[in-house]
Amino acid sequence: MRKVLLPAFIIAAAILILGRLYYLQILDDSWIKKSDNNAYKIKYEYPERGYIYDRDGTLMVANQPSYDIMVTPKDVAKDIDTMEICRLLNVTKEYFINRLEKARVYSPRVPSVFLPQLNKKEFAAFQEKARRFKGFDIVKRSLRDYQINAAANVFGYIAQVNEATIKENPYYQSGDLIGRQGVEKVYEDVLRGVKGVSYIQKDRFGRDIGPFKGGIYDTIPVQGKDITLTIDAELQQYGEALMFEKRGGIVALEPQTGEILALITAPSYDPSILVGRDRSKNYRMLESDTLGIPLYDRSLLAEYPPGSPFKILTGLIGLQEDVIDQQSTFVCRHGFSYGRGAFMRCHDSGINNLHEAITKSCNTYFASTFRLSIDKFNDPQKGLRVWSDHLKSFGLGDFLGYDLPPGRRGLIPTPEFYKRYYPNGGWRSSTIISNAIGQGEILMTPIQLASMISTVANKGYYYTPHVIKNIEGEEIDKKFTTKHYTTIKEKYFGPIIEGLHSVYKEGTARSLQVEGIDICGKTGTAENFTKINGKQTQLTDHSIFVAFAPKDNPKIAIAVFVENGYWGARFAGPIASLMIEKYLKGTISRKDLEVRMLTKGLKEEYDKVISGKPFSINQ
Amino acid sequence: MRAQDVSSHIDWITILLYAVLVILGWMTIYSASLPEETTSFLDLNQIYGKQLLFIIVCIPLIFMVIAVDAKFYEKYALIFYILAILLLAGLFVFGKTIKGQTNWYSFGSFGLQPSEFAKIATSLLLAKYISDIQTDLNGIQKQVTAFGIIGLPVLLILMQPDAGSAMIFAVLLFVMYREGLPGWYLGAGFIAIAVFIASRVINWEIVVLIVFVSMLIHFLLSNPRKRKYINYILIFTAISAFTYSTSFVYDNILQPHQKERIDVLFNDEVNQQAEGYNLNQSLIAIGSGGWTGKGYLEGTQTKGGFVPEQHTDYIFTTVGEEWGFLGAATVIIIFVLLLLRILYLAERQRSIFSRIYGYCVAAILFMHFFVNITMLIKLFPTIGVPLPFFSYGGSSLFAFTILLFIFVKLDANKVNVW
Repeated sequence: MRKVLLPAFIIAAAILILGRLYYLQILDDSWIKKSDNNAYKIKYEYPERGYIYDRDGTLMVANQPSYDIMVTPKDVAKDIDTMEICRLLNVTKEYFINRLEKARVYSPRVPSVFLPQLNKKEFAAFQEKARRFKGFDIVKRSLRDYQINAAANVFGYIAQVNEATIKENPYYQSGDLIGRQGVEKVYEDVLRGVKGVSYIQKDRFGRDIGPFKGGIYDTIPVQGKDITLTIDAELQQYGEALMFEKRGGIVALEPQTGEILALITAPSYDPSILVGRDRSKNYRMLESDTLGIPLYDRSLLAEYPPGSPFKILTGLIGLQEDVIDQQSTFVCRHGFSYGRGAFMRCHDSGINNLHEAITKSCNTYFASTFRLSIDKFNDPQKGLRVWSDHLKSFGLGDFLGYDLPPGRRGLIPTPEFYKRYYPNGGWRSSTIISNAIGQGEILMTPIQLASMISTVANKGYYYTPHVIKNIEGEEIDKKFTTKHYTTIKEKYFGPIIEGLHSVYKEGTARSLQVEGIDICGKTGTAENFTKINGKQTQLTDHSIFVAFAPKDNPKIAIAVFVENGYWGARFAGPIASLMIEKYLKGTISRKDLEVRMLTKGLKEEYDKVISGKPFSINQ
Repeated sequence: MRAQDVSSHIDWITILLYAVLVILGWMTIYSASLPEETTSFLDLNQIYGKQLLFIIVCIPLIFMVIAVDAKFYEKYALIFYILAILLLAGLFVFGKTIKGQTNWYSFGSFGLQPSEFAKIATSLLLAKYISDIQTDLNGIQKQVTAFGIIGLPVLLILMQPDAGSAMIFAVLLFVMYREGLPGWYLGAGFIAIAVFIASRVINWEIVVLIVFVSMLIHFLLSNPRKRKYINYILIFTAISAFTYSTSFVYDNILQPHQKERIDVLFNDEVNQQAEGYNLNQSLIAIGSGGWTGKGYLEGTQTKGGFVPEQHTDYIFTTVGEEWGFLGAATVIIIFVLLLLRILYLAERQRSIFSRIYGYCVAAILFMHFFVNITMLIKLFPTIGVPLPFFSYGGSSLFAFTILLFIFVKLDANKVNVW
């Protein structure tokens, strides 16, 4: 016993020590993190964000320097002169304490934003004394500097990353800027570049003692790339001006490429107000406009009934399905009766063939064509399936896949869709007849409508609309250079295009002709409703117009929606024809029309909806 | 006696283990003290350079220790002891005071710490005394003499004051127990430690209550005819008084820094920038090592100088950080092998003096090893004692080398003891 005690003690002590070491070194991994906290600090170097040019090489978005005051809570001295900092940065003591605590919670070691986006002058005052405040650093970032007051919806904006993004994507740190909305978001990775990281080893006094592990983890910043958009800055600005005090959307495309020439939502805002320290104040202001909703991109998001322009598709499907031909005629008696006393009114009367029907926008003709198309198979389900498949081949009823926020699908009714409303069946072509003329259930966004008319201009194919023309030294995504063919044969487009041409020559848009340009177009007037105090209320019709020009070898296809603009040729038509003239000729010959669009708005129309008083529509 | 004869009887296993520890120790010191610009290994401005010099000096020192006649150590044990006591006492006149402690003689840039050498002298005299009396340590007078031999240097060291070094001597109780000291001395020692820890973790009143209840149970379970009431009353009174006194000692006698060192063990809410800093940085260094460590010369805690006194008392943190669990375990196993080897050799000695001295060597090395490493991993209060053969320092390296090699010499000489 006496001989064994000390050896036993030694072995027991060794086991105790080994067990404890096993626990500390292997099981408890918190020490590794604490060691990293001690060992190095991370410094970031931010590259300049890429510039944005328009299709002609005009600079639209550049950068301006901005300075963030960052704080690393661990390094802040206990006896720091709080009052002096507060005075220099013009913040309150509460702000100081609050921000420091927030930063500590985020991470005591990683720098957090203390005060963001100072301009040169504000920053200069602090910089002189910055060295006295340990733990406070200055990070230079670049903010956007907009060269044009337009296209806010196309650009989107940049903002500081939120905590959700930081958790999701380890690239971003507190205070980093990220693109939101528009091309800033879609091309974030391209524009942003890659920030440089250097790990700097520290000693116990927090002094730098050279690069961590000889700098093997360090990276140099990669510059953001410049991008060229397909947008025509001049056309974009002009279109926005034409939408003076109106609500709606305009999309202009180049049919032969699918390039977006202009993407306009109204009302919009000056992109430069979402830059700098007033950003959140201005953002809240934009958000608070719940009627105009300037942050809502109507060109991509607003789903409108397309109205009469949809008759183009009804006609094309009729031809393709061989239920009509160019010589087919229908008799119109100011409207169209369909089953049990139901009647669709029409402003027209007489015997019309396809050409005349398009020129005059005859409801009867297209309602009849629609019925024949649906009833072709003696089974409305099958008929509607064939019909909606044709529409889907135009990219309708689904996301188009453009390089902007995805927008909305719109709505193309299918048999499944009606099954929800008529679970036991019993719907027939007459039940859904309004779709024939672009009312009923059908919904399309302005960009879908523009893509549709662009497809017509191309006689049966389209490119996915896109806003990117060129990324510095890179090819653009292949999906934007791939033709999508529709299920309508090319030969059926000819007669329709002739009809659209005579809309300008002798039809509903004859007052909007432009000398020297053969325009094809179609007016539209869409009934629409809203809820006022829970009551379904009809509002003044939307004014709609689609067009492309020149008739041969089209260079521009355009869709215009003006909310509550009454009829197609009243607002949407003039705007479309002015934009076509501007784009193709560069100058405007019809000055009085231009002035009317630039100065006449629909404020009264919009105001009466919110006035709370009874009002009449379509005046 | 010719060197050839000695070498054939020397225990090369012990020497190999010693050499491995010294070499690993120097490599670790090199890492812990490496400046940004590397210079020569023998740069005497650098800590690793000085340590290399100390190691080189050990070689003639070892030859000297081996060359001296084995009888010499037993014969002049008392002289060594008196010399050591004089050196300790002389500190109060000639010593150098650093951070309130007077435990160094200073010669230019080198220092001498007599308490390191007092351990050797005390071991020699204790071995000589117990082997001389040729009996066990049962008589009270013999016990008093033995404790006196240990107590005198302890008292002088406590006056420096250097409680850590003084504490090492307590381990000699194990040696005395091996040689016949009644078991209750050790038992009382362990109860004292247990009670002290308990009264730091919980209130001393509760500790007294627990002692009372456990003694009551023992009393009720014991044979009624053999019960000695007075023993129970005396033991209970003694433990209660001790329990209370630990609280009293803690509250009134311990220095604030000593209290803090105890507090950091039991209290989680310590300030990691102040009293908890050393221990926390030590745990970070060791804990971040993982299985295989960060690699030699790659320890970020070591390079950044986060662990204070890393080349001396905290040298093992560099082992833990740079070599990981596997490296740390290897060093610990080498230590244990050395200690067990010494004990094994001690038990084989024919001379009682050699056996007792061997036990003293193992016990002292063990105590240093145990206290040094457990304080780094939060198992023991922070007490500044060096890790034998590893920690930087000439005095401690020379002292441990002499301590060990006197035994190596005694062991090699056992054939001549007929």
